[in-house]
Amino acid sequence: MSETGYAASPRIRWTEWLPWLAGVAVFFLLPEYLLFGARILTYILFALSLDLIVGYAGIITLGHSAFFGAGAYVAGILAAKVKLTDPIVLLVAATVAAGVLGVTTGAVILRTRGLTQLMLTLAIAALCLEVANKATPITGGADGLSGVTIAPIFGLFRFDLFGKTAYLLCLVTLLAGWWLVRRLIYSPFGATLTGIRENSDRMHAIGAPVYRRLLAVYTISAMIAGVAGALSTETNQFVGLNVLGFEPSGELLVMLILGGVGRLYGAFVGPVVFLIAQDALAKQFPQFWYLGIGLMLVLVVLFARGGLLGLADALAARVRRSV
Amino acid sequence: MTHTALETRALCKSFGALTVADQIDFRLETGIRHALIGPNGAGKTTFVNMLTGRLAPSSGQVLLDGGDVTRLSQEARVKRGLGRTFQINTLFRGMTVLDNVALGVAERQRVGGRPWRPASAYAHVRDEAVDLLRTFGLETDARRRVVDLPYGKQRLVEIAIALGLQPTVLLLDEPAAGVPSLESGRILDALAQLPAHIAIMIIEHDMDLVFRFAQRITVLVQGQVLREGPPAEIADDPRVHQAYLGERRG
Repeated sequence: MSETGYAASPRIRWTEWLPWLAGVAVFFLLPEYLLFGARILTYILFALSLDLIVGYAGIITLGHSAFFGAGAYVAGILAAKVKLTDPIVLLVAATVAAGVLGVTTGAVILRTRGLTQLMLTLAIAALCLEVANKATPITGGADGLSGVTIAPIFGLFRFDLFGKTAYLLCLVTLLAGWWLVRRLIYSPFGATLTGIRENSDRMHAIGAPVYRRLLAVYTISAMIAGVAGALSTETNQFVGLNVLGFEPSGELLVMLILGGVGRLYGAFVGPVVFLIAQDALAKQFPQFWYLGIGLMLVLVVLFARGGLLGLADALAARVRRSV
Repeated sequence: MTHTALETRALCKSFGALTVADQIDFRLETGIRHALIGPNGAGKTTFVNMLTGRLAPSSGQVLLDGGDVTRLSQEARVKRGLGRTFQINTLFRGMTVLDNVALGVAERQRVGGRPWRPASAYAHVRDEAVDLLRTFGLETDARRRVVDLPYGKQRLVEIAIALGLQPTVLLLDEPAAGVPSLESGRILDALAQLPAHIAIMIIEHDMDLVFRFAQRITVLVQGQVLREGPPAEIADDPRVHQAYLGERRG
């Protein structure tokens, strides 16, 4: 687990470069999987945004797809209906839109705790789904939003059929997102978030503006999720209703739990394992693949409470002790 | 002339038909050691929670350094110099001892919300936290997780966190509760070393500690102030004996 706080060194350890090495290696070694790779990278960014609020700040949510969906739809609608097709401008627009949604919904749900909070996040995700479903002229409703065309990045790099450009865009954006989140969690602000998760009563008692801090992190998280949504639109050039609602939120939480909550890199491991397993299982057992995912989750929850990374930590500690 | 650091005027709190604080008038002078005692369920912790703003009173006023803070949030009261400890350990359990104290110091130094530079770059926060730990003899435990400390030391961390806020008024809610008698001496030593200018109100059941520490005592029974005065008068008051001390001092 990455140790944070006032005595922690913020220096990047060598292991923290591994995901990026792997990311670059995939680009050169597995060119036929780049679209799938872009999807995984998008989900890693999405999971990273969730880890920031669930793992660090202790906010419970089953509605995080609202922000992913908002980002995806805003980028899609601007591209398909307004003909604003510059990918960077779309990313910025999605960030702003998701941020606005984050700050307005956060202002309500963060006044509550526990189950109430969970129900409110669900309700907000359901509302967003229903809005997207009913606003057919703008969103395409249940048929999805097609006609999305994305201009080349900086007018130079065209989005190709094999996902080369999309993959690199996702990788660079994820790098930026990771850098931002990492800075946040090592900062005094990040230490406060951990404090709020550990004991919000005490945070009040030491004079911390708990609500304001939570609202700030919730908004930042929403913005990152919005970027992930826009990336998904730019990669697929299509937006479907399945980006919204309970299911993607739940799946994302499962990914994060698989990888390890509150560990930063759990958000990397979880989506990789989940999406590859989903892909492999769906090919082998088209009707039963969810059973495999469920089994995996049960095993992790039973035997590896810290997720796969927690398990790796425990094994490493055991090896160190026995040496 | 004495100066009133903290005062309540006709403070009341009811939960439905149950009145847990009934017209409490209370004054805490600057730099004094004042004990609040009373049998279980007398409303002591409720009273503290109203002082800190954790609980809103049904009626009455809380004044901090002469200013009405009744409607202010906990955060605003802390910024005006009100610190507290909790009856049951309310620590950041998974964090290190150092971070437990540093979080409070950072809030007081107004750097707690800084999102960009790493926390370890704020050396003045860390150094102050380490200094505080040193005064409590906890510097060698700085890197340990607070849950891994023995209970007595956790109680000291609890006090250290509150001191990191540099309060002018400190409310200690049973600082020695649950501490084995061997370790309670350390708590008393720590209390004796607290800066003299801080007004301290202590809630405590350990009467030895109360009578050694306190210059004034307020006795709270069923949400009402039964008696207030110097320790010698309290110890001799038959009503106090009957209501509370009798159970313990026989």
